[in-house]
Amino acid sequence: MSTPESPRPMIDLRHVSKWYGPFQVLKDCTTKVEKGEVVVVCGPSGSGKSTLIKAVNGLEPFQEGEIVVNGISVGDPKTNLPKLRACIGMVFQNFELFPHMSITDNLTIGQVKVLGRTREQALEKGLKLLDRVGLLSQKDKYPGQLSGGQQQRVAIARALSMDPIAMLFDEPTSALDPEMINEVLDVMVQLAREGMTMMVVTHEMGFARKVAHRVVFMDHGQIVEDCTKDEFFGTARSERAQAFLSKILHH
Amino acid sequence: MDWKVLLEQAPSGGMTYLGWLWSGLFWTLAVSVCAWVIAFTVGSVVGVLRTAPLRIPRALATAYVELFRNIPLLVQMFLWYFVMPEVVPREWGDWLKQDMPNLLVLPFAAQFSLWEFTAAVLCLGLYTASRVAEQVRSGIQSLPRGQTGAGLAMGFTLPQVYRHVTLPMAYRIIIPPMTSEFLTIFKNSSTALTIGVLELTAQSRQISEYTFKTFEAFTAATLIYIAITMTVILLMRSLEKRVAVPGYIAQGSGH
Repeated sequence: MSTPESPRPMIDLRHVSKWYGPFQVLKDCTTKVEKGEVVVVCGPSGSGKSTLIKAVNGLEPFQEGEIVVNGISVGDPKTNLPKLRACIGMVFQNFELFPHMSITDNLTIGQVKVLGRTREQALEKGLKLLDRVGLLSQKDKYPGQLSGGQQQRVAIARALSMDPIAMLFDEPTSALDPEMINEVLDVMVQLAREGMTMMVVTHEMGFARKVAHRVVFMDHGQIVEDCTKDEFFGTARSERAQAFLSKILHH
Repeated sequence: MDWKVLLEQAPSGGMTYLGWLWSGLFWTLAVSVCAWVIAFTVGSVVGVLRTAPLRIPRALATAYVELFRNIPLLVQMFLWYFVMPEVVPREWGDWLKQDMPNLLVLPFAAQFSLWEFTAAVLCLGLYTASRVAEQVRSGIQSLPRGQTGAGLAMGFTLPQVYRHVTLPMAYRIIIPPMTSEFLTIFKNSSTALTIGVLELTAQSRQISEYTFKTFEAFTAATLIYIAITMTVILLMRSLEKRVAVPGYIAQGSGH
């Protein structure tokens, strides 16, 4: 994929390190996501990929290095983090819809309380997105009344309702029953094809093959591979990446 | 048993002994409800601060809880009533003890001053606040941690996360233990008799002393306490039903 001409990538991580006490969870991580690019981050569990993606919108603080999103430094104490986060959508492993709110309220509360939209504007936008993920008929239900796959599709719609400039996905299908994984991946594939900037932590190599531009492979807090999809699936260069691929692709 | 004694004219207050019981009930409710307002408000703030990522406020909130829940309630009652007026500047202390208005203007007039009532309410309210704070804290901490992350990721500020995400669920989860605290405040209000508030227990003891009908006096008080607590239980149950979240299984679903 050719890189756009913007002076800096949409998401730019430079030499990011993080410690929990004496334990280093991120080691000098450098990578980037260009505007319109889809980057898949994979690696064994405990490799630091969730920590890395949460550092991008400031949910996980880091001690060294720099993360710049859309020209704004995440680690700078002067940065207005709520404002920055409002323009980056995030989807979590456990969906994290707000259980005491109806689906409609889940889709509108951020628009109203954070973006200052009127209830009517928020409702129109929210319901349009709910329709897009195929769940308009569920608008008056509560999260606990939906299946996991449905909840995750609502969570994606909720993130999109804020008109994000980029989307972060933190293992969006890991908590789902197998038969529900595809309904969520379908929504993500569609989103990728529309040109959304996406950083996706996932083990779904089928998804990576289909829409990723680049694949980042992490192990023990380090970025071991950072290459195009074709390079990664063709001749994954590191032994660790090859071992990882052979383990997850044979199932 | 001689229940008719309750209908006899009492030696003071211009009412029957039953009137004394009603007056006692009034003050029991007044002390308990005022104290609950303090307990709920202060307890919620302290409980939230106990979970907030702000070091100094969190330490202060922890100190509050440990201080108030580790001193016997009766000792706290004496500290507020007897000791507090001595440690504040002398004029304030005198004002508290002597110049606070008498409560005779209220219905069921009783022979004690506003200071006795105030000390009882403050003591019971701030003591119960330490217990409410622990309930609020445990309610917030029982939620999946990702909920806070999801609120922040949406662009909420930390106060907005508490207001819209964590507290609405935490309060729902802690309704059963909070019912317990609310019941306890009615029962603990009987300690106010030690500083002269003529609440229900004090009045039944007076009746027993004047009439020697100990069984009747305290049985009547017991029945009235049970009536209060049953009412509270029913009210809290209907509250719990009204705010129940459709499809939500308590204690999270596999997070």
